[in-house]
Amino acid sequence: MTYRISELRQTMRSKISVSNLNFYYGKTQALQDISMEIPEREVVAFIGPSGCGKSTFLRTLNRMNDTIAGTRVEGKVTIDEQNIYASGTDVVSLRRKIGMVFQKSNPFPKSIFENVAYGIRINGIHKNKADLHERVEKALRDAALWDEVKDRLNASAFGLSGGQQQRLCIARALAVQPQVILMDEPASALDPIATQKIEELVVDLKKDYTIVIVTHNMQQASRVSDKTAFFMLGKLVEFNPTQKVFQNPDERLTEDYITGRFG
Amino acid sequence: MAETNSQNHGRRKLVSSVMTTLTAACAVFVVAVLLLIISYIAIRGFSSISVQFLIDTPKPVGEGGGIGNAILGSVMMTALAAVIGLPIGVLAGIYLAEFGNNWYGNVVRFLADTLVGVPSIIIGIFIYTLIVVPMGRQSGLAGGLALALIMIPIVARTTEEMIRLVPDAMREGALALGAPQWRVTWNIVLPAASTGIATGAMLAIARITGETAPLLFTALNSRFYNFYLDQPMSSLTVQIFNYATGPFEVEHAMAWAATLILVGIILVINVLVRFLTRKRF
Repeated sequence: MTYRISELRQTMRSKISVSNLNFYYGKTQALQDISMEIPEREVVAFIGPSGCGKSTFLRTLNRMNDTIAGTRVEGKVTIDEQNIYASGTDVVSLRRKIGMVFQKSNPFPKSIFENVAYGIRINGIHKNKADLHERVEKALRDAALWDEVKDRLNASAFGLSGGQQQRLCIARALAVQPQVILMDEPASALDPIATQKIEELVVDLKKDYTIVIVTHNMQQASRVSDKTAFFMLGKLVEFNPTQKVFQNPDERLTEDYITGRFG
Repeated sequence: MAETNSQNHGRRKLVSSVMTTLTAACAVFVVAVLLLIISYIAIRGFSSISVQFLIDTPKPVGEGGGIGNAILGSVMMTALAAVIGLPIGVLAGIYLAEFGNNWYGNVVRFLADTLVGVPSIIIGIFIYTLIVVPMGRQSGLAGGLALALIMIPIVARTTEEMIRLVPDAMREGALALGAPQWRVTWNIVLPAASTGIATGAMLAIARITGETAPLLFTALNSRFYNFYLDQPMSSLTVQIFNYATGPFEVEHAMAWAATLILVGIILVINVLVRFLTRKRF
């Protein structure tokens, strides 16, 4: 049975395909020759010690690093067969397709409703006011936040708890109907209960979205992901099904890291 | 060991209380000076204020007279300066904060800082040469332009500082939703910085409302109500200067009253802007 599922996965289309990616902050090389296939509608976890480049790599997938002066990219990242670093790529529409959730929740200084509505409004997705409301409600439901905020949609987003703010940011990302969701340590600042909610959410969202999640928490990686990539010093050391990475990794380095010999 | 610990503890407590008292005393000093000035102005000025005083134009000594035209002139020139200076200043500040991390931005920043430090009378002379001499006379227009010039660098730099305080995380959050740069700045960054920008704008307006020197060369003064910007125009500050330097006691009393009105106007602007830009979220 397991065999069959894994065989099925082999045939799954890859959503994001990275080949020979190098990344530089000025003269410092942060990523070295990374190649990877991220399959559609699966959860891929990036693990590795601090400064290993996993967040940097995540941010190359929606070209968020473009906002940092002095950075440079070599190699190819294709999403749905389109090279996102090709000249003439519309970064704005790329980012609409690739949602992102950040380490620190970053709600806008607006109401709860307007936070979720923002992406819908700027992209002109909604047909009318009723449709906008429907979309906001759906996004909040999908982010498992609706019941907690439905009575105070016009209250400030800053009044929410840390975990709620993070789920609001997830709802905000879901509202623009992305195909991929990038999560940069989404639960690292949250307590265990809020973390559990986010993790359940990640597993739940998998049926509709391709998810890439950076995490410091190895248990979290093993709980939520289908595949795990282990990074170290800007290199991709191992990329395998999560179960394999945690039980029988190919690389000695991976084993050392997972068993806590360094990190 | 325990003894040295408690000795240190005692010393720490002493230093802490001395410093707290010192800072509190300085805070009291600052507020006290302000209160002293305001209350002194109020005491000296209040008795001379009447409706007539607020409406009348200056008259020969002994026939009463007021500051109606001066209030109008101050308001008109300040408004003209704000209409010109605020948009330019705010937009320049946005540029410096969001796009100005290059040599051009650095040059603009340096020049703006220099311009803030230029004495306002120099600005007056500059406008005199540029506008007054070609026009052949002093005018409200020239006065307003001089005030705008004083205002622009202040507004630009405070706007820049306030926008820089908006966390990058917020910008990235909006960019990640597929917002184009201009919408990020317009819908997210500016609202988040609005209170600070308004405070900067208000400080600049308060500053130019209190300027005298640049107006002496540019707007001069007028004894009449003047609604036309191409004519010499009276202003509260120049009128206060004239009244205060006059030889008669009645004139001095009117100078105090006009000062009180000036401070009152600045206070009202202050409260109004705070109210309009109060944080809603």
